[in-house]
Amino acid sequence: MTADIRYKTVSRIAGPLLFVEKVDNIGYNEMVEITLGNGEVRTGQVLDTRKGIAVVQIFGSTTGLDTGSTSVRFRGDIARIPVSDEMIGRVFNGLGEPLDGMSSILSNEKVEIVGNAINPYSREEPSEFIQTGISTIDGMNTLVRGQKLPIFSGSGLPHNKIAAQIARQAKVLSSSEGFSIIFGAMGITSEEANFFIDEFRKTGALMRSVLFLNLASSPSMERIILPRVALTAAEYLAYQKEMHVLVILSDMTNYAEALREISAAREEVPGRRGYPGYMYTDLSTIYERAGKIRGKNGSITQLPILSMPSDDMTHPIPDLTGYITEGQVFVSRELHRKGIYPPINVLPSLSRLMNQGIGKGRTREDHRGVADQLYSAYGRGTDLKSLSAIVGTEALGKDDRQYLEFANLFEEKYVNQDFYEDRTIEKTMDIGWEVLSTLPEREMKRVKREFIEKYGKWRK
Amino acid sequence: MGKILRIAGPVVIAEEIENAKMYDVVRVGQLGLLGEIIGMEGGKATIQVYEDTSGIRPGESVESTGKPLSVLLAPGVLSSIYDGVQRPLDVIRAQGGDFIQRGIYPMPVDMKKKWKFIPSVKRGDKVSPGDIVGVVKETSMIDHRIMVPVGIEGTVERIEEGDFAPLQTVGTVNTKTGIREIPLGQEWPVRQPRPVKSKLPPEIPLVTGQRVIDSFFPVAKGGTVAVPGPFGSGKTVVQHQLAKWADSEVVVYVGCGERGNEMTEILTTFPELVDPKSGKPIMERTILIANTSNMPVAAREASIYTGITIAEYFRDMGYNVALMADSTSRWAEALREISGRLEEMPGEEGYPAYLGRRVAEFYERAGNSVVLSSDKRNGSVTIIGAVSPPGGDTSEPVSQNTLRVTRVFWALDASLAQRRHFPSVNWLNSYSLYSQELSRWFNKSVSDDWYSSYQKSMTILEKESELQEVAQLVGYDALPENEKEVLDIAKSLREDFLQQSAFDEVDTYCSLRKQYLMLKSILAMDEVERYAVSKGVTVSEIDTLPFKEKLSRFKEVREKEIDSYYSELIKEMEEEVKGRADKQ
Repeated sequence: MTADIRYKTVSRIAGPLLFVEKVDNIGYNEMVEITLGNGEVRTGQVLDTRKGIAVVQIFGSTTGLDTGSTSVRFRGDIARIPVSDEMIGRVFNGLGEPLDGMSSILSNEKVEIVGNAINPYSREEPSEFIQTGISTIDGMNTLVRGQKLPIFSGSGLPHNKIAAQIARQAKVLSSSEGFSIIFGAMGITSEEANFFIDEFRKTGALMRSVLFLNLASSPSMERIILPRVALTAAEYLAYQKEMHVLVILSDMTNYAEALREISAAREEVPGRRGYPGYMYTDLSTIYERAGKIRGKNGSITQLPILSMPSDDMTHPIPDLTGYITEGQVFVSRELHRKGIYPPINVLPSLSRLMNQGIGKGRTREDHRGVADQLYSAYGRGTDLKSLSAIVGTEALGKDDRQYLEFANLFEEKYVNQDFYEDRTIEKTMDIGWEVLSTLPEREMKRVKREFIEKYGKWRK
Repeated sequence: MGKILRIAGPVVIAEEIENAKMYDVVRVGQLGLLGEIIGMEGGKATIQVYEDTSGIRPGESVESTGKPLSVLLAPGVLSSIYDGVQRPLDVIRAQGGDFIQRGIYPMPVDMKKKWKFIPSVKRGDKVSPGDIVGVVKETSMIDHRIMVPVGIEGTVERIEEGDFAPLQTVGTVNTKTGIREIPLGQEWPVRQPRPVKSKLPPEIPLVTGQRVIDSFFPVAKGGTVAVPGPFGSGKTVVQHQLAKWADSEVVVYVGCGERGNEMTEILTTFPELVDPKSGKPIMERTILIANTSNMPVAAREASIYTGITIAEYFRDMGYNVALMADSTSRWAEALREISGRLEEMPGEEGYPAYLGRRVAEFYERAGNSVVLSSDKRNGSVTIIGAVSPPGGDTSEPVSQNTLRVTRVFWALDASLAQRRHFPSVNWLNSYSLYSQELSRWFNKSVSDDWYSSYQKSMTILEKESELQEVAQLVGYDALPENEKEVLDIAKSLREDFLQQSAFDEVDTYCSLRKQYLMLKSILAMDEVERYAVSKGVTVSEIDTLPFKEKLSRFKEVREKEIDSYYSELIKEMEEEVKGRADKQ
């Protein structure tokens, strides 16, 4: 109803916020088109609306805006994007506009980007094992279809390589379909983005992918909306087209910073480290869009990447993320320094949905026991490392020395693998038994007797 | 008709609402979204809306229902799955599809379904509030006892046996102020605790079948527990285990701001679970409230109250009810988020200044009570509240305010979880203020040395932590044998007793008798080992004896074999160790 009126009543510009006065009743979260004096057009969204005043957040910079000549048009509708099969193989910006020089998506189906929550009653429990070919994930932090498993990393660590390797190798053993990939880049460098695009191209995954790019040089406010646009596309492909979608979002830290920027501009009461108090709710509306729905063939598996500021896992971004996601894959600087790839430290890593995806008929009957045994043995081994640094290896008991050696062997044989090495789950389990067999058999308290006899590699 | 003035997220300001009172429920906008008045100033009302407000405009209408936020308490509630404001999620799905659409408000229970009501009073009987007038067999496990609503007292005028819909009248009572109807079900405002006659001291434990809980840090029926746990510490599994195994008759599980897939796990596993005592599906005595993190924040705030009110209702019938809230931190964050939108002056870490009061008020609704009734009937509500402290640091306001009012603390420890020590309850930091009070019951019901066994075990574990510090400095090998022996027993306590697998078919539930025997055998081992060490046998020699393995497999022993297994174990233990000792 207000769609054709242009307001030139911008009274104040503060950070990414625009205060527009003397407006009619504007809907909350309505989309806005902002035209600059020179004719350039930017997009925004209503954050607060009251009689006569609307506060608009701009997705883009405020450079060149003024309170005189800028005109604002309210679109009369909340944010939607057109969706269709034709999105596959294309590259878009954070608002869903093409970046590849081709035409916009034409479709009658326009979907709200702020997706409604999946009814918990409609969800299907994720339980299909995804073989990533990476032992530390498959063997000890198993990923299942419909899970959200973030990669907690730090600057300078090879998280992108790990994500690319997962995207390349991920498959469900019982099915021949590959994953379609939705890649959402938020504030990463063009180099990083090109790495992913090259990787997808090499493996042919690009033909099954949709890319949403917001690079470090692109407007930061677009990062707020990008993951929602990307996930809307993912939901369309998963639930309308019954595809299995793997969503890689990188880097969630940049998203959270954009969120903080807006919150500060709105003069909201800040929570921890200046991040807004509603960050948990906000992040959950992104992460919770992973899942499976009963009676639908498709699924959304999320692999968000976030770099922990100063490697601090208790920083609000990884902390709140960990509370929402179903575990995390922890990339360790220490292992990386040792030259181990992928430098995944299994101790702080976790997959909460692991139990649903493993065991007899899914992976192998001894999976749980072996994983637990490896965890506890490696945990003990790493503890002893710090102890032996103080008292020296000689002061340790015989058992302890064996655990110490085990920890090293585990890192070299089990954790370490090549970027192009795609290990089957059988292979991963075998390596697990192989390294465990360097410990005395009586220490195998987490594994059932029958499995020790069936799979153990102790010399009789 | 009221009008919307302003919209900012879940907070809406409206004016000119007729008959607006604080905490009344209103319908907002053309979609008729559910909201609650949480502030009034002049002619303006501040409303928190339980659904997403996108697209709502100033100028749209607001209408008051004239009632505070209430739940419907009637047959049909059991086995339901609700969102935070008691909307049945299965019906929402049937009406609106897989994604929750706005503006759908189905009734909490099927209003057309008729329930067979069998009266237990007759015409002329005197009744007062809380008295049971009859029974509906709601599920094969739970009788839904129909009670006289609060405020009605007099003589029964009419009462009928027959089939009734949830809000139909089953009888009338002649009161001083005239004839009043008794409906099958009733409504109750969620923010108001249901009254009881008096509260009793906690004397009976809530038996959970979890060793670290029952044997070490027990909770009384009607007690309060705080379970703080950094993420990845296995908190949710502990709560699931309690919901499955605790010996409460009714379980209310509030998934408050948690993961969708986790709620789904409950929704798929609960119907398959069988109650260990009755052999019936556990869902028949369970009510699930699921308000996942991405569902509207205001409904998350309400979900805790919806849950506790339903729990109190079943308590009033005379049942022992366990309420699990996972997680109360998400509820507190919802409070903070709404408080922030209201531009209230923030207290610590941005939480509203009234956080402590709200937390205390909530936990105070727990208790072992003599319920409202003219006969003496007891019921209890046990609250097990999870807190998720950011970064695992329990010095933050939600944890602190919770610890101030709860009496049991199960300190879940991420570093234990990383070592796959589950349940990852840290035995040194946890406590139960009920231990003493409940020891009488345990000593009487299981064995008279129950409490002393616990004390002995705790002493060994405490000693272990001291010795470990020494060992850190001088190395394990430098410790004398008798101290190595203590470490050996402590290790056994940790690995063979405290660790319990929720996923192992047998180990998932451990009877009190089995717990007792397991602990006894470890303490017996302590005795024989001390004897052997005094004879000059080394701990590493003992470590290779076959009984060790037998002890560590005690967990896997089925309940009916525990006594014979125990006596065999003790016999083998004594033979092997003494045999070795006497050879020296």
